[in-house]
Amino acid sequence: MNVEQFIFGKLTWNDLPHEWFTIGGTCAFIALGIAFIVLVTYFKRWRWLWNEWLTSTDPKKIGIMYIVVAFLMFLRGGLDAFMIWAQQVLGSGNTFAFLGASHGYLSADHLQQIFTAHGDIMVFFVTMGFLFGLINLIVPLQIGARDLAFPFLNSLGFWLYFAGVVLINMFFVLGGEFAATGWLAVAPLSELQFHPGVGVDYWIWSLQVSGLGTLIGGINFVVTILKMRAPGMSLMRMPMFTWTSLMSMILVISIFPILAMTMALLTMDRFFGMHFFTLDNGGNQMMYWNLIWMWGHPEVYVLIIPAFGIYSEIVSTFAQKKIFGYTSLVIAAAAITILSFSVWLHHFFTMGAGADVNAFFGIMTMFIAIPTGVQVINWLFTMFRGRIKFVTPIYWFFGFISTFTFGGMAGVLMALPPVDYQVHNSLFLVAHFHTMIVGGALFGIFAGFSYWFPKFTGFKLNERLGKYAFWTWLVGFFVSFVPLYILGMMGATRRLDHYDASTGWQPLFFVSLIGVCIIMLAVGLQVLQIIVSIKQRNQNRDITGDPWNGYTLEWATTSPPPFYNYAIIPQVTSRDAFWEMKKYDKQKVLVKYEDIELPKNTPMGIYVAGFVFLFGVAMVFHATLFILIGLFGAIYCVILRTFDDHSEYVLTAIEVEKIENKLRNK
Amino acid sequence: MQYLYCELYTELRRSMIGLLFKIIIFLFVVTDAFLIGKILLVGKNIQILNPKGIIAFQEKDLLLLAISLMLLVVIPVFIWAFYVATKYHANNSKATYAPDWDHSTKLQLFLWGFPSLIIVILCVINWAAAHKLDPHNALPSTVRPITIQVVALQWKWLFIYPEQRIATVNYVEFPDKTPIIFEVTSSDAPMNSFWIPQLGGQIYAMSGMATQTHLMADGPGEYRGSSAEISGAGFAGMTFIAKSTSLKDFNTWVARVKQPSNILNIKEFNVLAKPSEDVPVTYYSSTENNLYTTIVTKYMAHPTIVPRKDHSSGSQQNMQNMQM
Repeated sequence: MNVEQFIFGKLTWNDLPHEWFTIGGTCAFIALGIAFIVLVTYFKRWRWLWNEWLTSTDPKKIGIMYIVVAFLMFLRGGLDAFMIWAQQVLGSGNTFAFLGASHGYLSADHLQQIFTAHGDIMVFFVTMGFLFGLINLIVPLQIGARDLAFPFLNSLGFWLYFAGVVLINMFFVLGGEFAATGWLAVAPLSELQFHPGVGVDYWIWSLQVSGLGTLIGGINFVVTILKMRAPGMSLMRMPMFTWTSLMSMILVISIFPILAMTMALLTMDRFFGMHFFTLDNGGNQMMYWNLIWMWGHPEVYVLIIPAFGIYSEIVSTFAQKKIFGYTSLVIAAAAITILSFSVWLHHFFTMGAGADVNAFFGIMTMFIAIPTGVQVINWLFTMFRGRIKFVTPIYWFFGFISTFTFGGMAGVLMALPPVDYQVHNSLFLVAHFHTMIVGGALFGIFAGFSYWFPKFTGFKLNERLGKYAFWTWLVGFFVSFVPLYILGMMGATRRLDHYDASTGWQPLFFVSLIGVCIIMLAVGLQVLQIIVSIKQRNQNRDITGDPWNGYTLEWATTSPPPFYNYAIIPQVTSRDAFWEMKKYDKQKVLVKYEDIELPKNTPMGIYVAGFVFLFGVAMVFHATLFILIGLFGAIYCVILRTFDDHSEYVLTAIEVEKIENKLRNK
Repeated sequence: MQYLYCELYTELRRSMIGLLFKIIIFLFVVTDAFLIGKILLVGKNIQILNPKGIIAFQEKDLLLLAISLMLLVVIPVFIWAFYVATKYHANNSKATYAPDWDHSTKLQLFLWGFPSLIIVILCVINWAAAHKLDPHNALPSTVRPITIQVVALQWKWLFIYPEQRIATVNYVEFPDKTPIIFEVTSSDAPMNSFWIPQLGGQIYAMSGMATQTHLMADGPGEYRGSSAEISGAGFAGMTFIAKSTSLKDFNTWVARVKQPSNILNIKEFNVLAKPSEDVPVTYYSSTENNLYTTIVTKYMAHPTIVPRKDHSSGSQQNMQNMQM
């Protein structure tokens, strides 16, 4: 290895942007970067940004950062989706042939990179980002805690996630290609034999880095929920969102090591020429499928279970009724968590495992439908004999009911191996899982967002625009995805870049594209809603901190809460702690403030993530020097942090009293 | 005065946006309903619901049965949701309000019990159907089956007829009302999936491994076949034509292909295996002996041929290198 290889590895001048989309992407990033720098400098907010937000260990700040980044990635993923759809419409070689080559406007390889990126971005960076953001914001407040168990790790987890975000976008600037394998980069397609470029390596390292952040976050949340609840809050007195967050994070801790190891084995194949999943020398491609889906299936439950928790909270609050069948709901969430480990083979019934194996996994898959259905019925019984206020979050809930049920039916259908043999890898499958994730998880996130928005900003969202946005989303969703169910039945395979016009698929793709446009309109309305709400904030102020007459502890604080959440940790005597407090605690309690210990802000999370990012890029290009710098830099920063004995500070009782008085008297 | 104009303007703008928006959505929905309706009415394009082979026929029946059973739960849930949403609206002051009613053991037992019952029924059906429609099962028929070996290559399909000693690319013909045993593998290509939707479900094609599926066509016809697993840039072009004809026509076709033309030996195969897209239909009038076995065992360190304990009869090269 000569000096040049040691420093630069496989990097050549050719890796700089020279295609239309890499140049375009790089220019877009530069433009965004310049706009950001100009804005922050104009408003003289650099110090504020650094001290208040970037180095913060406050889960509320970190949660908002997660949501902002997740939203930006949502725009990127959505743009990818539009490009996919446009290609599908144009790729029939028929009606629109005059617009370009009869095979649409994208090359096959390019389209394959786009839908791979779309899948990874939407699952890892959008949905997981939104969920981690919400859990950070809500769970400490709900359990009466001031912070997470490990505040520095919380910051580090966010910055690793951000490093993953940069990595997945990095190929525009350096390298020019992403994986063209589908979102899970299955072997042997992702092996060197079929993918010699850097695309799959970018896939590996963006997911490894953000996966590390996810794992750290998962451990953090589980410990927090188990060890830092307010006195009197036993497990069976926790709010439903906390329960479901706990379940989801237990899943995260169990499965992310599997993903990390599978990608590590693939790295060993690609970097060191080993043969875990190659075609030759004893590589076993079926092993990759099993490992990746052992991670992949519980992962989708990680995404949906917290959404179920959000729906529980919303249904209870807006029907002004205690949640019906709390124990049943907890058992159902636990059942789904445990069962999710036993179904992974249903992703490859067609691999020929034999009837006994296929039937077993099909049956286990069907069992999961039972707790899911039970949850839905319990929510409906919560609304029964309630007083339902039809605000935007409840609309999202009904949107979920109308979409998720159909998607769930499609899922149970595919749990029958013989049916799956016909619809596996068709657009029927694509429609199914989009219904689950969009209709289930994404609608849940939107519902949670509009429900908890007043808590963290101090004002409510514009109701009228919220309803418009909801209806547009729902209509757009049906118009986009119902054609896909039909197309799957017509024998349309997923991931195609062109097809023959004689198949008769093009009109349905066109209908679907209209649906996508409607969804884009809906997202525009959501953005408009936020802008208008900010302008109208004084009219919609939340003065009491409890705008919806809520049941759970987070509504006991002001809107927004002080950075330490609770000046006095609440004593909990039952489920629906805040509701009970409101009913019985009318008398004034003499308040005695005490000193509060809080973690200091720290830039160490940013530094560690920066080194890990460098390590990731260096691994993609085999640039040994930077691999070593990245690795040892990260380790050194972590060690430095462990020697930091002054990572906390004390907020004296007098200061607490001053802040509390100001908040209560405003 | 200015303030009044401002308010009026805002109010007008707001209601215009709302109205415009409702018109646009309405137009979109109507157009799409029309287009979808048109397609559903021309239903014969929906291949999975228009089976032409015995396996696809049974798979369709299963699909419809499962949907009907699930609707037994889903429709009551929808009716219940609609009822609850309308009756217990906050504006309906006549409805009972029971804010503390939050559990009922009897009701819970029913709520768990009824869906569980439906699911248990579906599970029994699942077990039975998975065994009955396992791709490895021989098809019930008095006619002697024909074996066709399928090799997925980088972006084309090779069909080897071991009994007739011919081969074709991107085209497969077989007699109708005859069980066809497809032995499927892949060569120098990532995982693929062999699929003829109107005849039956798909089966993966993997290098170094041999999978198997049995299909049978009801009558003569031409069907679209494709790959259902992404395998690289040329993946979308991996379609082939599957044709079923009468036995007489099939034999005539075989005789015609056997007219001396290209020979598929190992050397020719290696040329064919190189990546290429949109390959036109090609015929080979003779094939090397045991070509398929050679292809499958290419990547094996210690190839073994173990007769499969199962269900298919009449196959001359019964191979099971990887016990699944």
